[in-house]
Amino acid sequence: MPHTDATTVALARDGDCDAFRALMERHGRAVYRLAHRMTGSPQDAEDVVQETFLRAYRQLGRFESRANFSTWLHRIAVNCSIDLIRSRRHQETGHEAADLEHFEASAEDRVDHSPERLMLSTEVQERVTAAMAALSAMERAAFVLRHFEGQSIEDISRSLGLKTNAAKHSIFRAVRKMRLALEPFVET
Amino acid sequence: MMTHLTEDDLVLHYYGEMDAAAEARATAHLGECGECHGSYSRLQRVMALVDSVPAADAPEGFERVAWARLEAALPARRSGWLSWFVYSPARLGFAAIVLVLVTGAFFAGRLLSHAPSTTVATGATGAAPGGVRERILLVDLGDHLDRSQMMLVELVSADDADAVDISAERTRAVQLLAANRLYRETALRTGDTATAALLGDLERVLVDVAASPSTLTQGDLDEVRRRIDSNGLLFKVRVVSSDVRERQRAALKTQRIVS
Repeated sequence: MPHTDATTVALARDGDCDAFRALMERHGRAVYRLAHRMTGSPQDAEDVVQETFLRAYRQLGRFESRANFSTWLHRIAVNCSIDLIRSRRHQETGHEAADLEHFEASAEDRVDHSPERLMLSTEVQERVTAAMAALSAMERAAFVLRHFEGQSIEDISRSLGLKTNAAKHSIFRAVRKMRLALEPFVET
Repeated sequence: MMTHLTEDDLVLHYYGEMDAAAEARATAHLGECGECHGSYSRLQRVMALVDSVPAADAPEGFERVAWARLEAALPARRSGWLSWFVYSPARLGFAAIVLVLVTGAFFAGRLLSHAPSTTVATGATGAAPGGVRERILLVDLGDHLDRSQMMLVELVSADDADAVDISAERTRAVQLLAANRLYRETALRTGDTATAALLGDLERVLVDVAASPSTLTQGDLDEVRRRIDSNGLLFKVRVVSSDVRERQRAALKTQRIVS
């Protein structure tokens, strides 16, 4: 019978390397998915997975056995993703008016798709993925935290080290870009 | 009737981020204004599209590769080769000193280099005050590249057979992985992108080998060889290793002249 998370964590805390490996194998993919959403890059997602499990390993002693391991790990992964994004913040080039214009132009190219065709999930997936990929790192992180993680703008500003207004505007810009890219496909 | 809701108002309303009064006004307005209601409906549909796309899944074999990387980096409380450090505070201290020297040498190399150093292959012109540290780094990095090169050569030239035992190479790959990650991160931090890229390529192969079973089928071994060949890794490691040795000699010469 497979061990529960609580039992496996207890074994890992006692130095059982195989138990920690089991935890990684059980939760690694979920962490990867979150990290990929946050960072937009497979390689960064892999780095976040590694850092997340390293931190988790170091902090296992502080994990309360009554808590949910998956939720705890998820929080660490969000923090690791944010740390990576913040460390690269200086490298980010501005995504200002120019790329919004690009969005409008490229969205116009797509309006001739029929709704039937667009409902085919692969095409929709490609469009959404491309739209997400075109967000700046900060816009993407703020949007993912607000939209997928359900964090408040106040919390997001604290996590990302931004002023509340800046966090808000990152989300506005992200949503505006998503609308420009995707609205042609949801027109009725 | 209140003025129309802006696009940003609609976003705040969608996420429930308006204060109570603004929220009530927005809800009332959306009930009355067809234009704003239409715009809000489109926003909801766009968000529904976003929600319909699942997050990217990790590639096949992800757990195996992730564990190989993680295992090489895990600190104390474990068995295996890391126990060499774990059970000896003196060795741990020695490792810490080497880590500080290596990191310091990377920074010194960056700061003291005369030319804008984007690669370890640029000629060595280490200035005297950083000379010793740079030499330590060069010796260390050179040794690391040599050991990696030897392991790659052994894999590439292993005898063909139905089942090939690569346990020795696998053990070495695990050991090299931890050092390689340290060098790569230091190179990244110091902006030495060319070295970081080479070490990144090397790390992917080391991870593959470390995550492999001890015995490979001929097909698996061919796949490992193909990955080594595909980006000319062995050649690049040779070139950079040779350049590092050149720089090492030049740094030594400079040090002698100064002293």
